[in-house]
Amino acid sequence: MTRLAPDVPARAMARSPRVVRRALSAGETWVFAALIILMAIFTGLAPGKFLTLNNLSLNAQTAAPFLLMAVGETFVILTAGIDLSVGFVLVLCGVVAGEYYLSNGGTNASVGTIWIGAILGLLTGAAFGGLQGFAVAKLKIPPLIATLMGLGVAEGLSYLITGGSDLRAVPNTLVSSIGTGYLAGVQWVIIISFLVTLVFGLILAYTRFGRYTYAIGSSPEATLRAGINVDWHLIKVYALSGLMAGVAGIVNLGYFGTTTISAHPLDNLTVITAVVIGGASLFGGRGSMLGTFIGVFIPVLLLSGLNIVGVNQYWQYILTGLVLGAAVYLDQIRRRLRERA
Amino acid sequence: MGEVAEPERPAVPLLEARGLVKHYGSVQALDGASFSAYPGEVVALIGDNGAGKSTLVKTLSGVIRPDRGQILVSGTPVSLSSPLDARAHGIETVYQDLALAPDLDAAANLHLGREIYRWWPPLRVLNKAEMRRRAVAAFADLGVELKDVTAPVATLSGGQRQSVAVARAVSYASQIIFMDEPTAALGVLQRERVLDNIRRVRDRGITVVLISHNMPEVLAVADRVEVLRMGRRVARFVAADTTIEQLVGAMTGALTTEEESA
Repeated sequence: MTRLAPDVPARAMARSPRVVRRALSAGETWVFAALIILMAIFTGLAPGKFLTLNNLSLNAQTAAPFLLMAVGETFVILTAGIDLSVGFVLVLCGVVAGEYYLSNGGTNASVGTIWIGAILGLLTGAAFGGLQGFAVAKLKIPPLIATLMGLGVAEGLSYLITGGSDLRAVPNTLVSSIGTGYLAGVQWVIIISFLVTLVFGLILAYTRFGRYTYAIGSSPEATLRAGINVDWHLIKVYALSGLMAGVAGIVNLGYFGTTTISAHPLDNLTVITAVVIGGASLFGGRGSMLGTFIGVFIPVLLLSGLNIVGVNQYWQYILTGLVLGAAVYLDQIRRRLRERA
Repeated sequence: MGEVAEPERPAVPLLEARGLVKHYGSVQALDGASFSAYPGEVVALIGDNGAGKSTLVKTLSGVIRPDRGQILVSGTPVSLSSPLDARAHGIETVYQDLALAPDLDAAANLHLGREIYRWWPPLRVLNKAEMRRRAVAAFADLGVELKDVTAPVATLSGGQRQSVAVARAVSYASQIIFMDEPTAALGVLQRERVLDNIRRVRDRGITVVLISHNMPEVLAVADRVEVLRMGRRVARFVAADTTIEQLVGAMTGALTTEEESA
């Protein structure tokens, strides 16, 4: 770019093709286009019902726990790993917090108690994730198996702790704040999930933690030879995923006012699909938080749209599964093209 | 043929291996191997497949530890128990597979493991502009043209990738760089570029150890050649006075110039 010509229009013209080129080559653009098309289809099929502030806000609330889990999952997938345990860790963390509330004031628990219970839930998630990370990094158990194992353990623990029935003694203050409360006209659930996504998106893009996450997914060997403690970083990444599931667990607890033990068996499908649609490669090293953010809304809006149009909602799982397959297939093609180039 | 005279070289090698032994189960990879590299030279390490070249390089770059034997840096015995130890002595290795992260750009690869930051913890962030600037400068120093230091390394050609790996090693290494088969996967033009890289590195006063199968290439770029066979050094040559036939003879066992040291 030349500095000799200070006239703005000329510079803008010289710049715009590059901006356009960048935008077209960025994976996020295509996901965003897909999202717009999806919304256009449902808006056409159900005018005045789908594209309303009310419905969009409802979808953002539905998306919140998925978005939180997808934030952690993005880091994991960028390291070429996978975390299948997310929905189950969400439940476990909610159960741990719920159990604490049950024995400390129940629905009338104080704000202090709520914080302690929430922190216990978050710690549970981080520790659980960290253990899975240990299994992956140190015991060399493939992530698929390590987190499948974790999924079973989290599910079993949740049922053991609760005796099989949902805990409903959720503090009123938690429900009226995080669950149904507003800040400046926006639901807390939405604010928390968007804010967490923004913060970890910045961490991913601008810090050493993010850089090492990409590096490990790209080439663990190269990262190791650069003197980076790959094992420890992997443990931290899985702990982060567990922590995010924990945040989702507390939000979920406040939102529904119960631990919803049996309601999350396919969260991992939704979350992984969202991250992969968002452009993250299952082979690691490529992806972004913006992509994940957009990607989360595709399965969520799909469900909402199908509901409004009157299609049986179980089609959503079938479609989500197929979309996941298609996204991974596209990624394969992209990789092959790049390697040939 | 006796020991070839090697004029004008300092008495103390920069890096020296004495009688290195390494077993892998019943396989004897190194059987009393010796090696020396002097300041500011390009020394080629050659040998047939299975002669122990890779094991020797790994030993000297701290990746594996020998069962027996001594490694000396500037005449002082050292223990290299990790690549970081080797790095602390100014020793770097450019591996055959280049050890780059293909999804990261050249600037990120160049600074992997020693990023430059802005601000302070807990708000410490990567200073991408500064890393880019230094990367451009580092490539310019090497005489390497890289159109876009922000393009993922995977999109670069083999020769360019090699340049990134070399620039990375040069920026770490203060003393000596090992290059393990740097031209193995490259075309003719890119091969020339790598040899230029090697000469430029030497001209900066850094010793280069070139591990190669390619005899003409070795004679074109190296100042000296050391030959390994069956886990020990069997010959040393001054490249300028040596023919390919002599090198091949030493590699295959038709020619031995070293005393079979006990």
